[in-house]
Amino acid sequence: MTVMLSFLAVILAIIAWWMAGQRLASKPWLESSSAQTATDRERPFVPAINLGLYVFLGVVAALFSLFISAYFMRMASSDWWGIPVPRLLWWNTAVLAASSLALQWATKEAQRGRMESLRATLAAGFLLATLFLAGQIQAWRELNAAGYVLADNPANSFFYILTGLHGLHIFGGLVVLGRTTGRAFATNVPPERLRSSLHLCAVYFHFMLAVWLILLAVFAGWANSFADLCLQLLN
Amino acid sequence: MAVALILVLLVVASVLFHVLSPWWWTPIASNWTYIDSTLVITFWITGVVFVTVVCFMAYCVWRFRDRPGNRAAYEPENRRLEWLLASGTAVGVAAMLTPGLFVWNQFITVPDEATPVEVVSQQWLWSFRLPGADGKLGRAETRDVSPENPLGVNKNDAAGLDDIIIEGGELHLPVGKPVRMLLRSVDVLHDFYVPEFRAKMDMIPGMVTYFWFIPTRTGTFDILCAELCGVGHPQMRGTVVVEEAADYQAWLEQQQTFTQLLASGEPQPAN
Amino acid sequence: MVDSPAGSAGIVPPAEVAEMELYHPKSWWTRYVFSQDAKIIAVQYAVTATSIGLVALVLSWLMRLQLAFPGYFAFIDADHYYQFITMHGMIMVVYLLTALFLGGFGNYLIPLMVGARDMVFPYANMLSYWIYLLAVLILAAGFFAPGGPTGAGWTLYPPQAVLSGTPGGQNWGIVLMLSSLIVFIIGFTMGGLNYVVTVLQGRARGMTLMRMPLTVWGIFTATVMALLAFPALFVASVMMLFDRLLGTSFFMPAIVEMGTQLQHDGGSPILFQHLFWFFGHPEVYIVALPAFGIVSDLISTHARKNIFGYRMMVWAILIIAALSFVVWAHHMYVSGMNPAFGFFFATTTLIIAVPTAIKVYNWVLTLWRGNIHLTLPMLFALAFIVTFVNGGLTGLFLGNVVVDVPLSDTMFVVAHFHMVMGVAPILVVFGAIHHWYPKVTGRMLNETLGHIHFWITFLGAYAIFFPMHYLGLLGVPRRYYEMGETSFVPPSAHSLNIFITVMALIVGAAQIVFLLNLVWSLFKGKAAGGNPWRATTLEWQTPETPPAHGNWGKDLPVVYRWAYDYSVPGAAEDFIPQTQPATDGITREVKR
Repeated sequence: MTVMLSFLAVILAIIAWWMAGQRLASKPWLESSSAQTATDRERPFVPAINLGLYVFLGVVAALFSLFISAYFMRMASSDWWGIPVPRLLWWNTAVLAASSLALQWATKEAQRGRMESLRATLAAGFLLATLFLAGQIQAWRELNAAGYVLADNPANSFFYILTGLHGLHIFGGLVVLGRTTGRAFATNVPPERLRSSLHLCAVYFHFMLAVWLILLAVFAGWANSFADLCLQLLN
Repeated sequence: MAVALILVLLVVASVLFHVLSPWWWTPIASNWTYIDSTLVITFWITGVVFVTVVCFMAYCVWRFRDRPGNRAAYEPENRRLEWLLASGTAVGVAAMLTPGLFVWNQFITVPDEATPVEVVSQQWLWSFRLPGADGKLGRAETRDVSPENPLGVNKNDAAGLDDIIIEGGELHLPVGKPVRMLLRSVDVLHDFYVPEFRAKMDMIPGMVTYFWFIPTRTGTFDILCAELCGVGHPQMRGTVVVEEAADYQAWLEQQQTFTQLLASGEPQPAN
Repeated sequence: MVDSPAGSAGIVPPAEVAEMELYHPKSWWTRYVFSQDAKIIAVQYAVTATSIGLVALVLSWLMRLQLAFPGYFAFIDADHYYQFITMHGMIMVVYLLTALFLGGFGNYLIPLMVGARDMVFPYANMLSYWIYLLAVLILAAGFFAPGGPTGAGWTLYPPQAVLSGTPGGQNWGIVLMLSSLIVFIIGFTMGGLNYVVTVLQGRARGMTLMRMPLTVWGIFTATVMALLAFPALFVASVMMLFDRLLGTSFFMPAIVEMGTQLQHDGGSPILFQHLFWFFGHPEVYIVALPAFGIVSDLISTHARKNIFGYRMMVWAILIIAALSFVVWAHHMYVSGMNPAFGFFFATTTLIIAVPTAIKVYNWVLTLWRGNIHLTLPMLFALAFIVTFVNGGLTGLFLGNVVVDVPLSDTMFVVAHFHMVMGVAPILVVFGAIHHWYPKVTGRMLNETLGHIHFWITFLGAYAIFFPMHYLGLLGVPRRYYEMGETSFVPPSAHSLNIFITVMALIVGAAQIVFLLNLVWSLFKGKAAGGNPWRATTLEWQTPETPPAHGNWGKDLPVVYRWAYDYSVPGAAEDFIPQTQPATDGITREVKR
């Protein structure tokens, strides 16, 4: 559970940092105010939908942290044989990174109000993300053909379950991204709204890229060596 | 008025029930009297807190009930009082925790001279394995379990050949000798539970769990399963007999070793 | 900063709540069935949760009948008994209490208490309810599936849960249970995002965090916890489904089942227990924290006195929430995990007793020098304190690792958790319904029926669970279909079992009085008016009762003070609503 507890510590630190700005030590009974006060301290206003996405990503991060915790705990038993990382996954990683980049570019273009290049980059981002998903399925098929089937070994089971779950999240993101792309090609959408949903999609895909990189590190065994290194440093 | 009275009566009834009820723990038959003492300390501390809080509440309900012309005091907080109560609680908690941790340390530290005794559980039967003349138990694996070898003892491990196998029978233990119970399950979770010994531990397939104790009085005790293990859970019973060393030796000599079991070809109940 | 003078600028954050685009129902269907109004969704949650809860109540009767009169009722065989305990436990913990506190009270109270027009994502909120309903239906489908629902106990420990020795293990039962949980968690996440973001972003002008009523604090914190804890159950459920359906070995070691070697190998049953309790322990507080919050408001309002030590109460909620994520393995002291963990988890568990005790002290000290109106909400709050203190104290037995060894898996545990997270929160639910029913319906609940229901429920439930501890002390294990022959259980223990069963039947039947009251008062109850309890918080200041769609009429409320200005010296009335601006000379003279 070390992974999950570390993740929790991070979340807790964020909450504590935020709470620290909320004057939790104030004495509210002494602070009745006589009139509405209007100005001086503007709190940075995050639109509700953005905040909603961040909280949701927190939940998704908890989900993956728990799976990775389970991965490491199960790994300790003797019947674990690692699964080779197919070469295709590296290509997929590049594709997903490119998709993320394209979306980032698209948000930039949206801020500058350049609709033409916005559409092009957005469509590219969408297609690349779809390609990633197709590539993942191809990787599954290759592994299956090579005899690495789901139930044979816990490493295989975890590989399929984690890539599958990540793929489902990408798929969910694609549905939203598809709608946004559709909107970008329509003419009557207020640009403010388009910018907002584009921003959300970009954040979501960056996050999914980060999750994927961590998963890849776990599968490739780097995460393990990293953990060992940390332990050595501690001792 | 009535409400306050009922609250007080509730406290009185609870205390009387505690003092007068005939239901209390079974007479102890192991060295774990410390567990009982920790429990008694906890009863005293928590009992005092329960009585105080509820009686104080009853007093408030009676004394500060709504009456014409009454008005509540305005007191947002009282830091001294709050810190005082918090530290008092911390002291009480420490008074329960400290002895608890000391006893736990004893509980998990097995003395070197303890004899290993293996308990193997399956749905819904207890079996036992005692070391033979060499004083050692041989290796065992769930994968090796077969009708001829119900406990999955490794046939290639010389230490296991003289082990004594008791399948579904009763376990005997010599009084006054520390034993280290090694717990193994071949199917689902079980829990080796003898109320008089106080100690218990889950048995997990794929793992060996343990606890240790010293039987302190002779007698016959029920073994129950304390972890839900399917529909037969309440029927999963066994017996442990604690007896003097001589009686124990006499019993031990009648038991079958693993080699004899293999030779007999098919499993037979041990006694 | 702490002692900044009242009324100075900067205390009230200026940012106006963004005027949201309210959704407007166009037909009867979208108004009352597929509604996006949090108040309707709240009632839908509450009705669904109560309905499935009644099923669980009937199951508990059947279990008690079997324990008191073993073998007398032919249709309760061992298979059925284990199916009943499993469904009873899971329904009560997840589908009733969690859904009712967060989906029911959360939906109704959060927007009203923080001064919002609705939840921030009404559509997701609606979906959340319908997904919850789907989860309930999948769960209930277990009763009609071949082989019946699962009988693995609500903890669903593998390998037993997916093997044939357990009812539903190799049938539909366990599959439906796990699927239902997965669906529930997806639905809950949608609702949970709403509750959190609404509290963070939907607060009315002037509603700082420290001006929020403790009810909102409790529900908010519980939701954050739930969002972090439920994924653990999700992970465990998905992995167990794979084990059951696709033959993986996450939790399944090598097993010889009834003489047959199974294909699984190497899996770890303990891993499941870690995941389950990583969810399971915070879950206790997910139920308890909303109850803590609500009870604080009930006591304060009905004792006409500000909650004592508001700041301490908020801090205690936050500390409990944080600590509850590092105590999970106290459910596993005798599970065979590394025994050295016992030291750590016993310590954290007992530390959590301190903030919890502070909360109890502050409730009781709120009564001190109050002006106590013994209304039904107050009575339920008092009953909550009694049962919660009792159940909390027995928790100190079970949390202290070595004392847990003889008591774990006995009736002591059953008595403890029923008292602390069954009876106590349910009493708060009743109190809360008595308190807010006038706002929801515009009518008061009947007092006579209320008193009958209260006394039977409170004293009856106490009489059920207090003596039950002593059965556990005696050594009677839990989850026994029948005790059978033993050398250590005296026959008198059986008469206690019969007494408990009779009380359980009576208490269960008393709930009919409550339901009757709910229905009767809906039509015949005394008209309540907008603020029958003369309370300060925002939900009582709505222009209409029941609150109309959008809650606040044309203008959003503005908040000028904290939620607990009761009996302020110098004020004309014994309460000052949060919406009333300070006039000089009133709150000034309080000692600094």
